[in-house]
Amino acid sequence: MDPIFLVEAAINGILLGGVLAVLALGLNLIFGVLDIVWIAYVDLVMLAMYAFYFMVQGHGWSVWVAGPATLVVGALLGIAVHLLIISPILTSAPINQLLATGGLLFFLQSFATFLWTTDHRSVRLSLPSVEIGGIFLPFTRVIPFAISILAMLALYLFLRHTYIGTAIRAVSQDRDAMALMGANPQRVYVVTSAVGGAMAGLAATLLSFQYSVHPFFGGQFGPLTFMICVLGGLGNMVGAFVASFVMSEIIAIGGVMFSTEMGYVIAFVVFIVVMFARPGGILARRE
Amino acid sequence: MSGPRLAAALAIAALVGAPFVPMGGMRQYVLHVAIQIFIWAFIGSAWSLMGRFGLVSLGHGAFLGVGAYTTVLLWNHFRLTPWLGGPAGVGLAVLVALVLGYPCFRFRVVGHYFGLVTLAVGEVVRLLIIAERDCTDGSLGLTLKTAGGDSLLAVQFADKRVFYYAALLVWLAGLWIWHRVDRSMARAALEAIGEDETAAASVGIHVTRFKLGITVASAALTAFGGALYAQYITYVNPDTLSGIGVSLKIVFAVVLGGMYSLLGPLIGTALTTALSEGLRIAFGLKFLGMAETIYGVLLIVFIIFLPAGIAGGARRLVGRRVAPVTASPA
Repeated sequence: MDPIFLVEAAINGILLGGVLAVLALGLNLIFGVLDIVWIAYVDLVMLAMYAFYFMVQGHGWSVWVAGPATLVVGALLGIAVHLLIISPILTSAPINQLLATGGLLFFLQSFATFLWTTDHRSVRLSLPSVEIGGIFLPFTRVIPFAISILAMLALYLFLRHTYIGTAIRAVSQDRDAMALMGANPQRVYVVTSAVGGAMAGLAATLLSFQYSVHPFFGGQFGPLTFMICVLGGLGNMVGAFVASFVMSEIIAIGGVMFSTEMGYVIAFVVFIVVMFARPGGILARRE
Repeated sequence: MSGPRLAAALAIAALVGAPFVPMGGMRQYVLHVAIQIFIWAFIGSAWSLMGRFGLVSLGHGAFLGVGAYTTVLLWNHFRLTPWLGGPAGVGLAVLVALVLGYPCFRFRVVGHYFGLVTLAVGEVVRLLIIAERDCTDGSLGLTLKTAGGDSLLAVQFADKRVFYYAALLVWLAGLWIWHRVDRSMARAALEAIGEDETAAASVGIHVTRFKLGITVASAALTAFGGALYAQYITYVNPDTLSGIGVSLKIVFAVVLGGMYSLLGPLIGTALTTALSEGLRIAFGLKFLGMAETIYGVLLIVFIIFLPAGIAGGARRLVGRRVAPVTASPA
């Protein structure tokens, strides 16, 4: 095989990794604070992608208006999920929490099928490519990558340098202590869900550049996103960031060398094996 | 005979006699729905064998797919009878369960992590079936080659009554196994492990062995259910028999019905089947996805308000009426 294909695949892997990292960080932020895995997280992305699609194709809004609007839609979805589903079961068994968000996944997938049928819908942005040394870099991948890096920087600054960001980090370190300090964890939960939802909205916009949306879109990226989070260590933001690129590289290179499905198979098998060797994630220190 | 035993005997007699009740043109349809309920309730029971002890697998589609595909592929490519192909599929599923379970339990992958690892395994099986499209026809699915008429050797029958009795028998066998586990020492040991692994190990319970045992049993029964389903439907598809979708469907039917009760999986499966069939009859294909939408909402509502499921909730209600002074001070 021509090595140029491998280089191209590796670059595409990095570009995809940026968007995956946005997804993984959003899910991981929620997990770190609430200790709940939102199985339906990528289905919220699907919903936001429909919102973006209808804003751009249905109402003819500019991408620059529709993008931030999708972010808001995502944040509202995040708050709604928290208030309607998560907060009543905050203290039940972890497995019930997992299953409740799983029920949401079913609901979102089938409700989307009901409303919009199973047609694939695409925003169809036509952007040029740049050629560097015989490798074509499509702008539909470069721009989302750049935006996702900026968004992650913004998230970092938000968590580090704002009051509520500090509170979010405090809760994820120790919920009970936070309540004992007289702070109200409920507010932190809602803000976290909103930020996590906004990340989903952002990922939806970025994914709309390259993918068409359909009700089962969540199945395409959902399992991958959980695995990235677990691989990086649930709640560990830096780990999730690194793991996104590891997984997307495996999928991209495996996809070129064997087939798309085999790329995913290899990635999942790597995930399973790493779970046995390092259950706390790739960046966890051994006890 | 005591009350519950008499009731059970009467219920079984009614189920055995059901195909002979005159139903006119509805017979085939009623039998078809009943067969599906029995098979999926059996698979649900197999899942709840381990699920009730906190070993919540989100990847039982892996075992289902392995069982179904092995049987169908062996028959289609080598004309190997399902009487041997089925056990081969079950054997392969057991192997998968061992390869997955041993390291999981040895390295203490529990809770969320166990759920997500099993989820990955379910996806791996689905993707492998799709990737090997030369042999499995990929996501198009595979139709069981006909033996040309009724054949005991090929386990193909035109008369649905044969499958009805087979499914009924298999379901009852599943209940019997569930009951045996419920009454055994293994239940006490596994419950202790579910509560606190370290404490269980400290009183001499061999944690890995017990967990592995129940996982293997659950995987074997699930694979058997998959093989039976494939023989009945005569068509297998990677998306309906493996991967995250079907894995979650199994879990949800059981949780809805009640995973700590003998009849929970049946109640859950019957309810979800009735819901989807009822909506299909009422609205046809006009409201595609409506059944699952209601189903999803029901699930969320149930998990919030009735986490023990319908059977568990009903039992608590009956128990409260009989003995109203059991309220704990908390």
